[in-house]
Formats: sequence, structure tokens, C-alpha cells
Amino acid sequence: MSQTEYEVKVGMECHAELLTQSKMFCGCRNEFGGEPNTRTCPVCLGLPGSLPVFNKAAVEQVLRTALALHCEISLHTIFHRKNYFYPDLPKGYQISQYGSTPIGVNGYLEIEKADGSVKQIRITRVHLEEDTGKSIHSDGAGYSVMDYNRSGVPLMEIVTAFPPDIESGEEARLYAEALRSVLLYLNVSDGRMEQGSLRAEPNPSIRPVGSEMFGVKTELKNLNSFRAVQRGVEYEAQRQAAEIEAGRVVIQATYGWDEEKGVTVLQRLKEVEQEYRYFPEPDLIPIDFDTEYIESVRASLPELPLARTRRLREQYELPAADALQLVSDRATADFFEESAKAAKDAKAVANWLLGDLTRLANAAGTPVSETPVTAAALADLVNLIVAGTITGKIAKQVIEEMFVSGKTASQVVADLGLTVSGADEVAGIVAGVIAANPDVVAKIKGGNEKSRGFLVGQVMKAAKGRARPDDINRLMEEALANA
Amino acid sequence: MALTPEDVRSVGSLARLALTDNETERFTHHLNGLLEQFARLQELDTEGVPPTSHAVPVAAALREDLVRPSLPREAVIAMGPQVDEDLGGFIVPQVLGE
Repeated sequence: MSQTEYEVKVGMECHAELLTQSKMFCGCRNEFGGEPNTRTCPVCLGLPGSLPVFNKAAVEQVLRTALALHCEISLHTIFHRKNYFYPDLPKGYQISQYGSTPIGVNGYLEIEKADGSVKQIRITRVHLEEDTGKSIHSDGAGYSVMDYNRSGVPLMEIVTAFPPDIESGEEARLYAEALRSVLLYLNVSDGRMEQGSLRAEPNPSIRPVGSEMFGVKTELKNLNSFRAVQRGVEYEAQRQAAEIEAGRVVIQATYGWDEEKGVTVLQRLKEVEQEYRYFPEPDLIPIDFDTEYIESVRASLPELPLARTRRLREQYELPAADALQLVSDRATADFFEESAKAAKDAKAVANWLLGDLTRLANAAGTPVSETPVTAAALADLVNLIVAGTITGKIAKQVIEEMFVSGKTASQVVADLGLTVSGADEVAGIVAGVIAANPDVVAKIKGGNEKSRGFLVGQVMKAAKGRARPDDINRLMEEALANA
Repeated sequence: MALTPEDVRSVGSLARLALTDNETERFTHHLNGLLEQFARLQELDTEGVPPTSHAVPVAAALREDLVRPSLPREAVIAMGPQVDEDLGGFIVPQVLGE
């Protein structure tokens, strides 16, 4: 057995379908699914004589992304034809951007690792192209059926720089997660990996630790979750090492990820780049950006996820994990901040939001920011707890009722009479419990402190959770002293 | 550097052209003639001249992101040499994977 240790280097190509109303070069609706071939026209079917016209919104979405990823913008950007024959490509070529002037070049994305350290992943290009059609597999028919609804949907490609900065399956997953989060914040992608509207394709290669050379890379496809990205890279690195250890070589090829078996499966050998015969698209004139326009787009960018995570941690003193979880979805983070501003305890808002409200929302299949419990209502609930009007235990009951009825916390508390019991009321209950349990009281007096817990439990039960633990302990102490 | 008949056959297969031996030989000759012309152009000093992708110096017109009606499916399907009426799509040779 050889002792060679290998390290993995991972390049990443990610594709995101843009969130436009219409397709990239024609007015057909850009929407997922639908009855096959109901959203096509001469342009996206590649019929002779049709001409493509740029969708302004798609260009702007790529520009926004490129700026958010700290790219330099090509003031003069051109489009190319990538020629190949495949049934999903009706024109026989894909309109894409090749060479040195894609919309964005030389940017980076920061990822935050589990230990809190931040790593910069360099990005070499952000470009605009069009999506292909989709095959519907006709079971047992011996043929495939093509649906061109997706043909011509605007597609953005984001490619990491060489040599790769990503050095593990975990980093590959973190990169994909961070990128998705940025795209969601920019509102340029719906981020649905399971539907294929966001696709992450890692290119892992391995080399002996200390080697200056890079190994042969393979390309992984069909990774439809973040977990699959990490597992796929880890599996592939091991497979490549096993090939080398067995005296074979790694062959440049495309592998599909089999989620069920947890293995990569050879799909096809990789085309050589020259075989695509790229050339400038004669049907499209170059796009020239003026710097004023670029700056206006830059100025319109929202606060991005990593910056927001850091701010939430500091401003509201949130634990790192909570801040990360809140920020992963922009609407959830907005909801939190709106609620936290109206609440007397921001940490408690985060706890209720990530705890009970998320649980209720998940069970109902609703985004947490769109349930009947509004940001103001959640703040109200937290304020009632802070003010001592209700106990935390009762609050759990209150939020359930708020979720069902859409009432505010104050309304629910008033309607159901859930206000904390007054000291007089608690004192009465304590007296009753002591009177009913003379044997237990005798035990406590005899030095058996454990029995005190039994009495406290009886009081809580009788008060139906509305008594403050502090009150119970204090009044129990007094009553026992006098008993 | 001259093209060989083998190069021509491989370019032909990328373009899905079934070339006869005769055609392969003829096109090898034609294409090498073209390459010679380009070799002459290559002699020009283009230092400092940006690569030209388009001859007309105008910037692209962009359209607003508005949805327009698509073609009716029946009309689209009717263009296919072979269609699957049930699935509503064009029949193509079996595609494996994505």
C-alpha cells in the first residue's frame, strides 16, 4: 500500500436561470415547467430567418451579479456561438460568451468556514448565455421526447479562477451555498437546485501533497443539493486517488452523481474546446456599457449576505449560527430585523423566530416570513414575556394560537386569560398545596429537600403554567417557614 | 501548416456532413487554399489593434423584458417529422442522462 497523500483542488462552474419575465432573445414567457412546447416561437426554436434581440433585464441581472461578486466589468462585451449537435439545442449552437470579454471578469466570493475563518474564492468570469431544451424520457419507448419551453431561457454562468481556491468537498458546498445566497439577495435566481434552475458543477482533481502540477479534472453533473455537491466531490477525490493507486490514470470526462448509491457514474468523455468552433455571433451586436450606468447599478445593490451576517452578529449580539440561519433567506432576515426593532429583546426574537415560528411554518409549508404571525406580532409576544405579563411556557401556547388565528399576542392573551397569575393568587395556590400535603411538608421539615420539587410541581400544575417560577419559589419558601 | 484529409473528415463529422473520399480530397485542397489566404493576412502587423468581432460600429439595442404570445403548440408540433402526441413533444433518438 502506497503512503502517498493527495490534496483535492476544485474548480466550480455554476449556472443560474435568471428571473426575467421573458426569455433571453424573444418574448416567450420564462417560467419553469408547463405543458411541453407551449412557450416557443421562431427565435427559441431556431427557425431560419429569425433574429435574436437582447433582453435588457437579463443583461442587467448579470451585471448586478458581476458587481456583487467584485468583478471588473467589460465595457465592450461580445457574444459567441458555441456549436454542437444535440437534440436539446434546436439552432445547432448555443449563444454564449467566450474569450476575454464576458460581462464580468476577475471577481471573488467570500465563504465563511465552520471555524469562523473567511476564505476568498476567486472568480474568473460571469457571463450570459441561453439555456437549452429539455428531454422528457419516454419510458420503454426507445426514444426521447424534446420540450423546448426552456430553450432560450436566460442563463448566467459563474466560473471560479484557476488554479482553484476550493480545496475540499466542504468548501465546494460552502461556495455553492454562499453563491446561492448572493443570487437570492440580488433577486436574479430562485436558487432551486432540485428544479435545476441553479446548477453547481464542480471539477475536482487531485495531486500528491507538495506537487506543483495539477491533476486531470473530471466534471460532476446532476448535483441537485448542497449535500450532493460535498459528497460528490469527496467521492470523486477518493475515486481518482484509487485510480492512481491502482496504476491507472484519471481520464477527463463528465460524471453524473447517483444520489441513491452515493457514487459518480461516467456519462461522456469531454469534448475538446476547439470542437465547439466558437466564433462571434453575427446576429448580435456587442453591448457597450457606460460607466454611469454601471455605477447606478452598483449603487442599487443590496447589503449582501456575509456583510449582513456580520452586522446582525454585532448589532443584535446574536450567536454566529443564528445570524447565519437568519441571513440565508433575505425575507427571513428582513422579518427578523423588522421584529427586532420593535422588540425589547432581539435575541429572544431570533429564538422564537428560528424555534417555534419556524417549526410551525415548516409544518404548514409556508415561508416563515409569510405566516399569520407578523413581525410586529412576534415583537409584541416577546415584549409581553419581557414585561412579565406572560411566562415563556404560556408564550408557546400563545404563538400557536397566533399562528392559527392571525391575532396579536396581546389579543390572544386577553381572550384566553393567560396573563401571569398575581402573587396573591399564587400564594393562595401554594397555601392550598401545602395544606393538602402535610406528609410531604413534614419530610421537608425533616431535611428532605428533594420533596420540595414535588410541591413546586403541584403549584405549577394548579396554576396551569401562568405562575412565574420566581414567585412560586419565593412564596413556597415563606409558606414553608410559617407552616 | 496544411490540413490533412483526416482533419477535414473530423471537421466534417463535427458539422454532421457525410463526406465521400472524393469530397474529402477536394475540400482538403479548397480549405488549404483558404488557409493560405489567411496566412497572408497573418503577416500584417496588428500590434495595438483590438480584435474585431463586428464590422459595424454600433452598440446593441436591448428590448424591454416583456412577454409576447408564443406559437400555438399544434403549430409547433406540426413542424416535427416525428412527434409524440401524448407528451406533446418532438421525437429524437434516445438521450441518456441530462
